[in-house]
Amino acid sequence: MSRVVWADRAATALLWAIAAFVVAILLAIIGHFALASIGTLSLSFLTSNPDQFAIGGVLPILFNSIYILVLTLLITVPLGILGGIYMAEYGGEGRLTTLIRFSQELISSVPSIVVGLFGLALFVNATHWGFTALGGALALTVFNLPLLTRLTEQAIRAVPHDERSGSIALGVAKWPTIRHVVLPIAIPGIVTGIILTAGRIFGEAAALIFTAGQSIPSAYNFGNLNLLDPQSPWSPFHIATTLSVFIWQLNSEGLYTYKQQIADTSAFVLVLMVLIFNLGARGLGRALQRRVTGT
Amino acid sequence: MTIVTQPAPPSSAEGPFRVPVPIVVPPPSTASPGAAPGLTADASPAGSGKLEMDGVSVHYGHFRAVRDVTLAIPSNSVTAFIGPSGCGKSTILRCIDRMNDLVHGARVDGRVLLDGEDIYAPGVQAVELRRRVGLVFQRPNPFPMSIYENVAYGPRRHGLSDRRKLDELVETSLRRAALWDEVKDDLRRKSGLALSGGQQQRLCIARTIATGPEVILMDEPASALDPIATLRIEELIAELRASYTIVIVTHNMQQASRVSDRTAFFTMGEDRAGYLVEVDDTVKIFTNPREQLTEDYISGRFG
Repeated sequence: MSRVVWADRAATALLWAIAAFVVAILLAIIGHFALASIGTLSLSFLTSNPDQFAIGGVLPILFNSIYILVLTLLITVPLGILGGIYMAEYGGEGRLTTLIRFSQELISSVPSIVVGLFGLALFVNATHWGFTALGGALALTVFNLPLLTRLTEQAIRAVPHDERSGSIALGVAKWPTIRHVVLPIAIPGIVTGIILTAGRIFGEAAALIFTAGQSIPSAYNFGNLNLLDPQSPWSPFHIATTLSVFIWQLNSEGLYTYKQQIADTSAFVLVLMVLIFNLGARGLGRALQRRVTGT
Repeated sequence: MTIVTQPAPPSSAEGPFRVPVPIVVPPPSTASPGAAPGLTADASPAGSGKLEMDGVSVHYGHFRAVRDVTLAIPSNSVTAFIGPSGCGKSTILRCIDRMNDLVHGARVDGRVLLDGEDIYAPGVQAVELRRRVGLVFQRPNPFPMSIYENVAYGPRRHGLSDRRKLDELVETSLRRAALWDEVKDDLRRKSGLALSGGQQQRLCIARTIATGPEVILMDEPASALDPIATLRIEELIAELRASYTIVIVTHNMQQASRVSDRTAFFTMGEDRAGYLVEVDDTVKIFTNPREQLTEDYISGRFG
């Protein structure tokens, strides 16, 4: 066997092994928590309230995770996409965009516990809101907005120049070109950005402990639709302990009888949620792309 | 080189004292009545052109890409731009629909006249101009949409939403681009990207036709295609000549001699700036050019 062939095979094997390793880690994580939650995970785990002396469930906490996810995305996605469009299409290369890029990178690398403390000062104390879902969502926005802006910018920049010029050459102005040609092509990249952002939102605990609160709710009255009432789970001003925070709490100071089982099962639910959201977002992205491109 | 001193006043009912107004798109084939039809071999271009360039130079930053091009292009004719790589023929082509505006640091000096009006004059919107002057690219670049949506794209963006009119326009445009029969059965189902390279290029031509241009620019439209697809594009150009003024950049001299009425030969100077050597009837350029440089290029001695 010649050297070239040997080197090629070795490289292929190495790359294959790395890829297999990545998949193995994912499977190990899912497998570990799947095994750990046998006997605990059931439909009633998802639909019951937490119980200090029994297995109970995580309904209000699961609800909070989804609530904060949706609220954060409602703030982050429009701003992030518009910001990304600006950075890719209108910002150009100047001092302002350099400054914006520098800030993006800096904020993205600030430890989330620091963002949590900042959120405590601004969204909890300065506003006199106390611990709220909105405060948590805003804290998450602090480091997810730069991320999504950057990922949207990259997705838009990756759109081939040919398509863009094709539209411009037909006498179509810049914004309609972006709206009808560039964005539809960039949708898969933007959806990937949203998925990455959402993963961080699901998983974040540190930034939420000081902003959305960490007291474990006993039961929610979902019939209370008064959005300004902090007692209503639908209100952005309710204390919203999420699954990640709950898991951290159980393991650090929880006084629950079955805290290990509940924590493991919650972790499995969290992983499943991320997977479901991931697949759902991709499907939605494809459907959206089909609709806007008319195929 | 013939110098255009003064362009003929625009032959228009509005008289000579027009202020620049947003360009309105007339239907194709309403060429200015004074313009000579393509076949009448008129070697003196001054004043008779659909398109005229007067001392046009293009800079990219400090680099002068093209210098001092003066030529006239008669309406309803095919004009080929030929010359060695890097001689600026594509650059000059893209002055006609102001696509150079998009290139950072590009500057165009001199005047480019369409029907006697300076398209670089203040008040002329490049976006409006590009509806009158279409551009077909070297690499077919259909949008990732259905065939129908590709053709309807321009008219839709320009405000046409009536479904029947759109259907009609899509059909006419595809027929004119000699693509209708091949795609009529899955207009809405098939993506423009699923077509063959030659079909994609004809789709791009249909897409351009649908916006109702008067001039169609083609930047090496067949260079990415196989010989059979190339032939179809050339036949198409011959058909379109009746309705449009066509300018085609090509590397292929046989192609230039086959499809064009007039040929402009460009080359590159010592300063790497492209310039126009001569422009004349295609037959003359290929049999009896005035300039030695042209003769050398045509006969394959350089380039």
